[in-house]
Amino acid sequence: MIAVAPTSDRFLEVAPLQLRDWFIGLLPQSLRWITSGLITVVAILAVFGLLFAYLTLAERKILGRVQNRPGPNRTGWFGLLQPFADGVKALTKEDVVPRDADQVLHYLAPVVLVALSLLGFAVLPFGRHLVPVELDAAVLYFFAAGAATELAVFMAGWASRNKYSLLAAMRALAQLISYELPLLLSFVPVVMLAGTLSTTEIVTAQGGWTGGWIPHWYVLTPWGFAGFVIFMIAALAESNRSPFDLPEAESELIAGHLTEYSGFKYALFFMAEYFGMCALSGMAVTLFLGGWQAPCAWLEFIPSYAWFAGKLLVLLLGFMWIRATLPRLRMDQLTRLAWKFLVPLALINLGTAAFWSLTAGWTGPLQLVRWAVALALVVTPFVVMGRRLTAGVAPRTYRYAAS
Amino acid sequence: MSVSDLTPLSAPGGSTVRAVHDEFHGDLLEVSMGPHHPSTHGVFRMIVTLDGETIVKLKPVFGYLHRNHEKLGENTTYLASMPYTDRLDYLNSMTNNWAYAVAVEKLAGLAVPERAEYVRVILAELTRLLNHSCLAGFLMQDCGCSGTPLMYAFREREKILDLFESLSGSRMMCNYQRFGGCRVDPSADWLAGAQRLTDGYGAFLDEFEALLTGNEILMARTQGVGRLSSALAISAGVTGPALRATGVAHDLRKVDGYGVYPRFDFRVPLGDHGDTYDRYMIRILEMRESLKILSQALAGLPGGPIMDPKAKLRGFRPKAGEAYGRIEGPKGEIGFYLISDGSANPYRYRVRPPSFINLTILEDMCLGRTVADAVIILGSVDIVLGEVDR
Repeated sequence: MIAVAPTSDRFLEVAPLQLRDWFIGLLPQSLRWITSGLITVVAILAVFGLLFAYLTLAERKILGRVQNRPGPNRTGWFGLLQPFADGVKALTKEDVVPRDADQVLHYLAPVVLVALSLLGFAVLPFGRHLVPVELDAAVLYFFAAGAATELAVFMAGWASRNKYSLLAAMRALAQLISYELPLLLSFVPVVMLAGTLSTTEIVTAQGGWTGGWIPHWYVLTPWGFAGFVIFMIAALAESNRSPFDLPEAESELIAGHLTEYSGFKYALFFMAEYFGMCALSGMAVTLFLGGWQAPCAWLEFIPSYAWFAGKLLVLLLGFMWIRATLPRLRMDQLTRLAWKFLVPLALINLGTAAFWSLTAGWTGPLQLVRWAVALALVVTPFVVMGRRLTAGVAPRTYRYAAS
Repeated sequence: MSVSDLTPLSAPGGSTVRAVHDEFHGDLLEVSMGPHHPSTHGVFRMIVTLDGETIVKLKPVFGYLHRNHEKLGENTTYLASMPYTDRLDYLNSMTNNWAYAVAVEKLAGLAVPERAEYVRVILAELTRLLNHSCLAGFLMQDCGCSGTPLMYAFREREKILDLFESLSGSRMMCNYQRFGGCRVDPSADWLAGAQRLTDGYGAFLDEFEALLTGNEILMARTQGVGRLSSALAISAGVTGPALRATGVAHDLRKVDGYGVYPRFDFRVPLGDHGDTYDRYMIRILEMRESLKILSQALAGLPGGPIMDPKAKLRGFRPKAGEAYGRIEGPKGEIGFYLISDGSANPYRYRVRPPSFINLTILEDMCLGRTVADAVIILGSVDIVLGEVDR
C-alpha cells in the first residue's frame, strides 16, 4: 500500500511527497512499497541527524555567548564545520571498554538508546501531509517508546561496572519512575478534548483561528498552558537535561553512565539525548502548540512543515537557555517535585480540562465565567502547592557583628 | 564490605552515623571520589562509604601535592621563601605574601611605611574579591550550573589579575611584599585602574546575585545542607567565612586590627545557620564590605616611601627569637610561625594553613547527606590543595 501525494493542496505542501512519488514511479512495482518506507526512514535520519549535528553547535555557541566567550569558531566559517570535525574525532578515537564490564550490554546500550530514541519520530506529524506512520494510538506508542530509552541508560550504568555509573543507573530509574507519570498525565487533557489518540487528528483539532489572528492551540487555554508547562518540565527530566541531568551529573558522578564510554559510543549517547529532546519537543508542539498550524490565517502561505520546524527550534532553544541558567536539583528534590507538585497539578488539570470540555457551549458573559473558573483552577493549586514545595527555603537577611 | 568493618570515626564530640544492616539496607558501597574528580578542587580524595546515596563515612585523603614547603623554608633565606608562599594558596598570593611579611617583620622588628600598609590593604581586599568570586563560581559549578556563574566570576577575576600583573609582573605568583614594605610603588595609572575596578565591581555582584541568590533550586540545594555548629567550628579551629557563617564574630581585621584596618569603616557579616547557603552569602556580603574598604583605602592613600629605608634586603639576619604573624586571608587565618637562630635561614618555618584546618570538619558536615551534597559542602569550605598539602 503506497500513500500517494494529495493533489488538492498548494505545491510547496506536497512537494516532498511528489518528489518521493516521482522517484518511486521509476522503480519496478515489487520494490515500490519497501522503497517508500525506506525513503521516509532515510529522510528522518538525514534531517534529524543533521539537526543533531547543528544543535550541538548551536548549544555550544549559545552556552558560549551566555558565558562571555565565543564558542567554537575555528573549524570553518563561524565554526560551521565543527560538528563534522567532532564526528571524525569521535569515530577515530580509541574505543575503551573496561575489562570487567558486561561486554554485550556495554556494547548494546548506546545502540539500543539511539534506536529507541528514533522510534518516536515515526508518529510525529511534521507537516499537513507529512506523517511517517498514521497510527490510531500514536500518542500511546510515542510515550511507550520514549520510556524505553531510560532502560538503555540503566543498561549503560549497570554494564560499565563502575561505581559512579551504578549510582547513575539508580538515579536514572528513579527519575524514570517519577517523571513518566506527570508526563503522561499532562497530555491526557489533550486527548480528552480532542477525543483521539492520533497525532494527526490532535493537530487538526487545533486548527482554525478566532478572527483570523488567535489560533485555537491548546496552549492558549488555561488547562492547556498548565499541561504544556508540566509537559515541558517532565520532558526536561525525561531527556536528562539540566536541571534534571542527575544521571549524568558531571560535578558529582563525573559523567554517570557515560563514565566508561569513549569514542563513537559516547557520541551516540549524545545523539540519543538530542533525538529524545527533539522528539519530546516535537510532541509538545503537536499536543499543545498546534503542530504544523500557522499562528495567523494570513501566514498560512508558509508551508506547514516550516511552521513545525520553527516551533520545534524555539522549544529546543528553550532547553539550551535553561541549561545555561539553572543549577541542578538533588535526587530527593527531583522526586519530590514530581510526586508532590507535578503529579497533583496534572491530576487537578484533568478536572480543569473536564470543566472546559463541559462548558464548551457557554457564550457571552458566561464565557468570562468559564475563563475565570478555569484560571482559578489552574493558578490556585499552583500557588498553594508551590508554597508547600518551597517551604523552609527562603532568601535570608544577615546581621553584622557589632564593632 | 560489611558493617562490622566500619570502624567508627570517633571525632571529639562527633558521632558517626552507622548503617543498620537489616533487610531494608543492602550492602554499603565504597566510592573513592578523587583524586581525579572534577569537583574536588584539585587532587583531593574523599573515600565515601555510601548507603544508597547517603554518606555513612567519609575519609579525606590528601598529600598528593605535598612539596615539602616548610622544610624548604628552613633551608633557604628569609627572602627566598617569599616566592614560595605564592604557591601555598595559589589563588591568593598577595595575602600569603603579606602574612609571611608580617611574621618576618615581627621577628626583625621592622616598621612598615604608611603608604605600604595602604597598598597592602588594597591588594589584600582585591585578593579577597578574587578569591570569593572564584569560590562562588566554583560552588555554583559544583551545584550543576553549566559554567555560566563560573565564567562570570572568571571575567571579573581576569580584571583583578590584570591589575596584579601590571603591578607585580605576574598574574598569580605575585611575589610582591617585602620585609618592611612592598616591592614596587603603584603608579597613578594603576591606582586609577584599581578605582575603576572597585567602582564596577558592585554591578557584577548585583548581576551575580540576581542570577543566583534568590534562585529556588540553589536555595533548596544549599539551605540546611552541611550545617556546622559554632561550638564545633571553634573547637576545630575553623576560621574565615566558614566560621563567621556559624555566627562567630571573629575577623582578624577587627580582632587584631593589624595594618591600617582600624582606620576603615567596614562591617563583618555573620550567618545564623552555618550551612552552605550561609557560607556562600557571607562571602558575597564580605565582597561588598571589601569594596567599601577599597574605596576608602584608595581615597586615603598617603604619599611617601613604599619601603622602610632601614630595611635590608641582602644579608638579612634577624636576631634570635620567635614570632607568629597572622592576617585574615580570604580563606581564614593564614599565619606563619618563625624561629630565628640569628642565621640567614629560619630555624623553624611553619605555616598555619586555613584551607587545611577548615577541611578537618568535612566529615562532620557530610555525614547523613548525599554525594551531591558532599560535593557542594566541599566547595563551600573553600580549599586550595596547594595550601592543604604544602
